[in-house]
Amino acid sequence: MTSPGASLRPLIAARGVTMRFGGVTAVADVDFTLGEVELRCLIGPNGAGKSTFFKILTGQLKPSEGRIRLRDTDITGAEPHAIARLGVGIKTQVPNVFNGLTVHENVFVAAGRRKSAARTRAIVEETLTRLSLTGIAGRIVGQLAHGQRQWVEIATVLAQEPELILLDEPAAGMTHDEVHRTAELIREINRTHALIVVEHDMPFIRMIAKTVTVFNQGRILVEDTVDKVLADPRVRDVYLGKQAA
Amino acid sequence: MDLVGLLAFNVLTGIATLILITLGLGVIYGMMRIINLAHGEFMMLGAYTAVMATGAGVNIWIAMLVLPPLVVGLIGLILERTVIRFLYGRMMDTMLATWGISLGLIGLVTTLYGNVVRGVSTPVGSFDIGRYGASLYSLVILVTALSALAAMFLLLRFTKFGLILRATMQNPRMAAALGVQPSRIYMATFALGAALAGLAGGVLAPISGVSPAMGAAYIARAFITVLGGGPAIITGTGLASTLFGSINELVSFKTTPVIGDVALLTAAILLIRVLPQGITGRYLRRSL
Amino acid sequence: MNSAFPSNRASALGFLATLALGLAILFGAPHVLDTFGLVQCTGFAALAMFGLSQGFVWGFAGVMSFGQAAFLGLGGYAYAVSVINMGDSSIPVLLSILVPMAFAGLLGYFMFYGRISDAYIGVITLTVSVILFQLVNATSGSQYRIGAAELGGFNGIPAIPALNAPGRPDEPLDLEGVWYAAMGALILVYAFLRAVLAARLGRVIVAIRENETRAQLIGYDPRLYKLIAFMLAAGVAGLAGCLYANWGGFISPTVFALPMSAQVIIYVLVGGLGTLVGPMLGAVLIQALIIAAGSQNLIDSNLGLGLVLVGFVLLVPQGLLPVARGAALRLVERVRAPRPAKAADTLVTESAR
Repeated sequence: MTSPGASLRPLIAARGVTMRFGGVTAVADVDFTLGEVELRCLIGPNGAGKSTFFKILTGQLKPSEGRIRLRDTDITGAEPHAIARLGVGIKTQVPNVFNGLTVHENVFVAAGRRKSAARTRAIVEETLTRLSLTGIAGRIVGQLAHGQRQWVEIATVLAQEPELILLDEPAAGMTHDEVHRTAELIREINRTHALIVVEHDMPFIRMIAKTVTVFNQGRILVEDTVDKVLADPRVRDVYLGKQAA
Repeated sequence: MDLVGLLAFNVLTGIATLILITLGLGVIYGMMRIINLAHGEFMMLGAYTAVMATGAGVNIWIAMLVLPPLVVGLIGLILERTVIRFLYGRMMDTMLATWGISLGLIGLVTTLYGNVVRGVSTPVGSFDIGRYGASLYSLVILVTALSALAAMFLLLRFTKFGLILRATMQNPRMAAALGVQPSRIYMATFALGAALAGLAGGVLAPISGVSPAMGAAYIARAFITVLGGGPAIITGTGLASTLFGSINELVSFKTTPVIGDVALLTAAILLIRVLPQGITGRYLRRSL
Repeated sequence: MNSAFPSNRASALGFLATLALGLAILFGAPHVLDTFGLVQCTGFAALAMFGLSQGFVWGFAGVMSFGQAAFLGLGGYAYAVSVINMGDSSIPVLLSILVPMAFAGLLGYFMFYGRISDAYIGVITLTVSVILFQLVNATSGSQYRIGAAELGGFNGIPAIPALNAPGRPDEPLDLEGVWYAAMGALILVYAFLRAVLAARLGRVIVAIRENETRAQLIGYDPRLYKLIAFMLAAGVAGLAGCLYANWGGFISPTVFALPMSAQVIIYVLVGGLGTLVGPMLGAVLIQALIIAAGSQNLIDSNLGLGLVLVGFVLLVPQGLLPVARGAALRLVERVRAPRPAKAADTLVTESAR
């Protein structure tokens, strides 16, 4: 549980990241660091650039400018599958799961890359239990409720045994209880893994956050502990539509 | 010098032919994202209309320029109502259904008129480019192609119908909320695309052998030109036809027509590789 | 609803049943059919293999290849040209598989690594097969030859030497022998594709079709797997081409033409997309239909085929096999457990089929 900047070598170091789509600058000159086993939340109003920045980290978008390093490896503009192989697990905003396969098969495919059959089976068992999915393991994912599908997706992410986990709106569409359980899960994962969570749900943020980075208009407005950030009047203004200068 | 003139003339004719062949398909694909694999057969029906009408004594210009679009437009309308409209949004299924329609039309025409190759003689003679003779009919093709392109542009840009068409294609639900019936628009668009294909067939009848399976020669290059052109119908068709038509004619001139065809197809494939959205996917995006 | 992975016990049973049926047909046909019938069935086997190639690349890998005829033709011509030059058929058979695979490797690399979208892949593969047709069709004249084999243009290559037992080029197989070779090869290819689908490679290929993004985010490179699937399918189509050439002892450029690509797609559509048995079934059915249509004078064969295709798309879009399988399953359920359905049950079972 390190505070930002305290680790000697950051897990993620992004410098000068800029993303332009035609005439629109979605992300402007962003510097970002994440320490080992750190949990960071990215928040900000719609269109602030947090999801775009997230997609740049996952390799789904190639930045117009800037460099991103994962430990010693430069991952700027790398293919998503290459970044995944470096130990990054990604849960996308719109759930990307194998709708035509069962829960078990989803986790199996995720767990099985470059692993022996025995090890894969072990990981699948473990992950299904951890996320309480054993009961619905045989169900076709496309037929599950939205909250359950989110968990299946989180399960596929964990089954990869990643070092860094990126979650884009993990609490979206979940019931109150599901949100609590997800928060618990994230705290548990954070004991051994670093996480970046993009979210809108403020109560959820309060349940999990330590350090929060606030995006606005493509830049980082403020980055501080969750209490300070949520009390900051600038942050409130930005959410209420009054632009900070 | 005469040779250059002749070559230039051939290139222009080649471009014009390609525009004619492609326009109808471009309207249907560009507006509705439907891959109409019966396009070649619509052309074939237009050609047969021209042949049959001329045989029945109708004035050749009417038989080639007026009747085919009307007849094939009507056939397109019927097909849209009976088959196509159930398959909107299902791209694979529309491809397969239009493939079935293509086979069916070939079979129908074979049944009605037999597998004979027919023809219509060109209504105009030739003229001279220096030492070389060139067919005046190529001028007819040129004029028809440019007129069709211009007419489509004017329709889309300046008429109420054109505006409704463009609006429906961009946002059918919004258009419906404003009182337009999208299903009517789709019907009209498909009929329009069919009519244009019919026109192409009618105009090309004098210079191609008219037989039930003649459409197959056109479908591949029409498609690849539409995809190479990109989302903007008028500009895309125009630009892609210019590029591919030139390549086709120039290579044919130097080698053989077959190699020229192959060159056209290959160039198109390479273009799509470089510009996956077609020419107007990157340049002149907001043109019609 | 069943999982997209064909990997449970019921499906293993289906596989064994199909194998058994195949073997029964393999050994039974020469005793039941006359020469003419046997030759027809050899043709069916070749086209069923062609159907397998389309069914695999489209139904399982999700690659909309509309020009599989290109690989059928390349395989057939590769066999014909090399067997005329070499005499012994062993290497030509290998070439009929490898030449299309190499071509598919290049084309596939061009398409998949160029990030060309699905619909465009259909048109590009179609166009490539048309290009090949144009080129081969224009090779009339004795100057167009590869070694001792004249390509023959639109007339094609006649008198193609039949397969022979490896190492015995002077003893080409007779009609019955060719049947055994063709049907035997079909059974082997079916089993091979089943094995691929059950293995990790096949699961990844299907997963990529299910959700390419998620597969990427797990660390799989979709371009590579699509390329592999594309090449495998091309090899199967090539072998089918070799059998096709053996079927009539003849090959012509029509093997590259649009109708050939259309036919194989119809096989898959009619038989069932997403299965292996479906395309084989569809091939036999459609071919039988074509032959029946050709031999009667009531309705033009193109017209008939067109009506069948449109009818199927409108009425039975998933194809015969899934519909038949679904009906059979429902029958089994009803026979096995006849109890009044509770409201909750109906809600669960009535979900998307």
